[in-house]
Amino acid sequence: MRVTFTVNGRQQEADDVWEGESLLYVLRERMGLPGSKNACEQGECGSCTVRLDGVPVCSCLVAAGQVEGRDVVTVEGLADYAKQRAEHGGCASGACGSSGTSIDAAKQWQAKPGESTELSPIQQAFIDAGAVQCGFCTPGLLVAADELLERNDSPSDADIREALSGNLCRCTGYEKILDAVRLAAARGENQTAGQGA
Amino acid sequence: MDFLRPASWEEALAAKAEHPTAVPIAGGTDVMVEINFDHRRPEYLLDLNRIGELSEWEVGEKTVRLGASVPYTKIMENLRTELPGLALASHTVASPQIRNRGGVGGNLGTASPAGDAHPALLASGCEVEAESVRGRRMIPIDEFYVGVKRNALAPDELIRSVHLPKADGPQQFSKVGTRNAMVIAVCAFGIALHPETRTVRTGIGSAAPTPVRAREAEDFLAAALEEGGFWESGNPIPPSVAKQFAQLASGACNPIDDVRGSAKYRRHAVGIMARRTLGWTWESYRGNERSAQCA
Amino acid sequence: MAGVTRTPTNLTQGGKTKAGIGESTLRPDGTLKVTGEFAYSSDMWHEDMLWGQTLRSTVAHAEIKSIDISEAVAMPGVYAVLTYDDLPSEVKNYGLEIQDTPVLAHKKVRHHGEPVALVAADHPETARRAAAKIKIDYVELPLITDEASAVAPDAVLVHENRDDHHIGHVPHPNIVHRQPIIRGDADAAARRADVIVKGEYTFGMQDQAFLGPESGLAVPAEDGGVDLYVATQWLHSDLKQIAPVLGLPEEKVRMTLSGVGGAFGGREDISMQIHACLLALRTGKPVKIVYNRFESFFGHVHRHPAKLYYEHGATKDGKLTHMKCKIVLDGGAYASASPAVVGNASSLSVGPYVIDDVDIEAIALYTNNPPCGAMRGFGAVQACFAYEAQMDKLADKLGLDRVEFRQLNAMEQGTIMPTGQPVDSPAPVAELLRRVKAMPLPPERQWESSEGADVRQLPGGLSNTTHGEGVVRGIGYAVGIKNVGFSEGFDDYSTAKVRMEVINGEPVATVHTAMAEVGQGGVTVHAQIARTELGVQQVTIHPADTQVGSAGSTSASRQTYVTGGAVKNSCEAVREKVLEIGRRKFGSYHPAWATAELLLEDGKVITDGGEVLANIVDVLEDEAVELELEWRHRPTEAFDLHTGQGNGHVQYSFAAHRAVVEVDTELGLVKVIELAVAQDVGKALNPLSVVGQIQGGTTQGLGVAVMEEIIVDPKTAKVRNPSFTDYLIPTILDTPTIPVDVLELADEHAPYGLRGIGEAPTLSSTPAVLAAIRNATGLELNKTPVRPEHLTGTQ
Repeated sequence: MRVTFTVNGRQQEADDVWEGESLLYVLRERMGLPGSKNACEQGECGSCTVRLDGVPVCSCLVAAGQVEGRDVVTVEGLADYAKQRAEHGGCASGACGSSGTSIDAAKQWQAKPGESTELSPIQQAFIDAGAVQCGFCTPGLLVAADELLERNDSPSDADIREALSGNLCRCTGYEKILDAVRLAAARGENQTAGQGA
Repeated sequence: MDFLRPASWEEALAAKAEHPTAVPIAGGTDVMVEINFDHRRPEYLLDLNRIGELSEWEVGEKTVRLGASVPYTKIMENLRTELPGLALASHTVASPQIRNRGGVGGNLGTASPAGDAHPALLASGCEVEAESVRGRRMIPIDEFYVGVKRNALAPDELIRSVHLPKADGPQQFSKVGTRNAMVIAVCAFGIALHPETRTVRTGIGSAAPTPVRAREAEDFLAAALEEGGFWESGNPIPPSVAKQFAQLASGACNPIDDVRGSAKYRRHAVGIMARRTLGWTWESYRGNERSAQCA
Repeated sequence: MAGVTRTPTNLTQGGKTKAGIGESTLRPDGTLKVTGEFAYSSDMWHEDMLWGQTLRSTVAHAEIKSIDISEAVAMPGVYAVLTYDDLPSEVKNYGLEIQDTPVLAHKKVRHHGEPVALVAADHPETARRAAAKIKIDYVELPLITDEASAVAPDAVLVHENRDDHHIGHVPHPNIVHRQPIIRGDADAAARRADVIVKGEYTFGMQDQAFLGPESGLAVPAEDGGVDLYVATQWLHSDLKQIAPVLGLPEEKVRMTLSGVGGAFGGREDISMQIHACLLALRTGKPVKIVYNRFESFFGHVHRHPAKLYYEHGATKDGKLTHMKCKIVLDGGAYASASPAVVGNASSLSVGPYVIDDVDIEAIALYTNNPPCGAMRGFGAVQACFAYEAQMDKLADKLGLDRVEFRQLNAMEQGTIMPTGQPVDSPAPVAELLRRVKAMPLPPERQWESSEGADVRQLPGGLSNTTHGEGVVRGIGYAVGIKNVGFSEGFDDYSTAKVRMEVINGEPVATVHTAMAEVGQGGVTVHAQIARTELGVQQVTIHPADTQVGSAGSTSASRQTYVTGGAVKNSCEAVREKVLEIGRRKFGSYHPAWATAELLLEDGKVITDGGEVLANIVDVLEDEAVELELEWRHRPTEAFDLHTGQGNGHVQYSFAAHRAVVEVDTELGLVKVIELAVAQDVGKALNPLSVVGQIQGGTTQGLGVAVMEEIIVDPKTAKVRNPSFTDYLIPTILDTPTIPVDVLELADEHAPYGLRGIGEAPTLSSTPAVLAAIRNATGLELNKTPVRPEHLTGTQ
């Protein structure tokens, strides 16, 4: 079947999708967006977390066909999403921008290291706080943590733990992840987002 | 595999009538796991996401009509007063991401004894609104679970909503898992006090082939409360009554040993949860009575 | 490779940081990892690639009577179906130390989930359906599942016709390896003891549960070879096992490390590497294999479950007299790292204590259970769980404080190990215990708030099982000892290629090693070392591959020591070359070129007095200096097979934990409130990463204390919980605050004085949590993980 939906602000199309494929598979293998990770494929780890119409969900448990016509934000679009939210007083749908990567560009996606990459506050905080080790859980945690700060710009530790309880990390013992969320909140760069949520 | 995308409830019923083997998928949190792990290859997937009304709820005078796909997150956030037991149970479902997708319709459709909503649904005394092209019927929750992962739905029926009485007294829910979040129930217990009818209802999860009520415990407690005039007096429940209630709740279990827990532990834990949740609900009832008297 | 996308790239960091060793510089791969652009092995993609699928045995021990692949081959979209008969070379087995593992099962399967056949198809679902159509006729064999069944007189042999180098000294062919250690006279010493404590302990099978399942992409090359992108812990070890099975010379198997989603020992062994190459070479197309979580539980070895039998004695004044123990490790169906795990378990079985008279025996069994091998802590974890329980029992029996009793018997620099090896660097065991005990305790009853009980702070958490009822607090302590680096005479070396040149008017260093970055932060540290030694800001880390010499494994807490040492060594040699060029060009201008100790700092050549002699840019101009050198730590010796004597280890690593738990004693649910750690790290090359390693290791120890266990049905030897639904690892709500006190006592034998750190925190975490639960409940608890059944007597 054919599936058409918006990813990171841009309309994308996939053909010959097998009906049993998940949104995660379509993103990773058909749209050149492997940032969302395939760690358990049973909704127990959160590594594949994306925003579906603004709501954090496990993309491994969304059937590809269910996404038809809907709006998805992945870790690859998180920086843009956060930037637009900050600029436009919090568009939480992700549909408010037109940036993103074309399918051709995405398929040829090569890692582009360097220091010029613009990051969202939560992404920067994860690096600064040492919250990234192997990094496999990181994309899902970033999407979940960004959404938490959008709802609640000064979460308590208990709030952070509850919001991130669906995301497993095997490397860090979570302490530095808590630090990162606290840091992003403290930097106050989510004030705009908080108002918009 | 075919993917059916009805745009309306009527279309969904028609599709289900035409393809009774079609597996409804809403939140996907059960169905997709089975597909990803190659446990299931349905001929048809019937997507219910495009039917907006399934994600809506209405609070009426006596009941809440809860759409089958209302995500657990919405129940937690919006129906804490009307449906406190179900709201508590919703909060124990898996993870935030799963609670954002899964709803009561899925729990009922799968009818796994471990579904977190079941004890609260049983304790509330709700009815399941099932429909097919042949018509609509209300299935009392007590008649809904008919076997291990089997429910009372006909092959052409879909769950449209659940009609739950608004809480007329305190409700509680407890679940044992071997992790502090994101865990399938080893066993669970729900209780609802119904001061209007002077009854008590319960629900037990993961401790029998189906979700069950602890009917003897309910009857015993209702009688003890009635005889002792506790509903009027709001006096503390004597420990002996709580103990007997807990023992009867344990006795209502018919559990198995599996990787999640032993049968013996499940019986034990249900008793503890029954005693504690009775204590919490009764304290809350007494508190409300006292404040009502003072007002 | 043309056509392959998302391949690993150089990591460059510079321009902004001068920070060398000792500073918490940030990861050079951090930006890639937070933007989703980091190329993990499962992200590899090739335009016309096929998907590989493994068909695994559904029974644990059986003869294969026949395999029928006809229906699978006939399916549209299927490109190849391979079985044992299709293997192209005479070499059909692989293995880390003993080549006993069939690439595909031949006539027999020895454990549940053993690979039997492979499929390549144009879609993963096609491959799965085809695999399901392969018909295998099994005739089941009797099962070997424990020590009793393994060594029974009429026991079926898991491996007939063993010819490995351990068969000569093991008491039974179903024992992989046996290592006794005899020192002093334990029987005589026992007679001096005032108290004797005996215990029998059981350690469950733990899974590494790294988040990135096994995966990779094999691309056939025009020269008949293959390019393999894969996540592993040791490229060159893989290569040595892969090439012979493919019938190719090593240079035709070019391996590149792709992003690794955690490892923890679980990627020391081959998983899908050979399978993907076989399918790629057969079909002439790139083949990607990605295990799902279910398959991952069968795709790698686990931590050895163990039975440990201990006897300790002590005098009234609290001095340990002797120790006797027997440690039985279940190695499962194939050897993997079992021999080395046996060596560790035996040589570290005494723990960080002084006991002169010991009688120790460790064995690993061959059984039909899942194969077990390396996992963080490697044999020392199981022993620590047991000897720390013994220490508490002894202290209690003597009426002594549990921490003081440990301190009284703590080893220190100069202590002789049971192997006869002196400990020749700091061993601050008593000090670590003192520090961890001195940390402030978390406040009591933190769940109480003005709005009632906050269930998130209570055992059971959001499941709402208690509002404080039945909750009792307990505190426990433990300390452990782990070896660093490969032991027992292994030639443990690493290789670093370092290049220095001028690019865009700036001196730039490039570091190229085959070190597997698995998350530990080796790439960060390598850049720091290069900056420190070469005085540059900009350092490029080349992707790890087999175009450079071996770096050894990212295991045994060894990479910062050994590959860090190799990078340091190569940098020093490069620096000498740069200085030689400088002397040639500028030596005549300043006498200090000949007389002073010269350094590279801030892009300049300076004297040790700080005088600037030249800019590196002017010294090098268009010249590049590049050197690839091997570096070795001090050699070690094998343990004597009868007495266990020998200088077997390179370095030791120590950590101590204090656990504070709250237990719902009625429901048997545990919440760990805090896990405080003190660890000696020698020198913290990157303090932020050091703390991250300690906290991560601590949490894995917590997991196996209260929830993690692969459950194998003793009747069928089948795994009952191969999923993240039923194999539980700690969530953020199960993990407490983990305050870390880092001690830096230099080891003069190690680069920068550093000490390997990754594993020690995994050791003492588990027994500390167990001790705290015992403290709260008064129960003996001789098994880990502790389940609610154990705390409520409802097994």
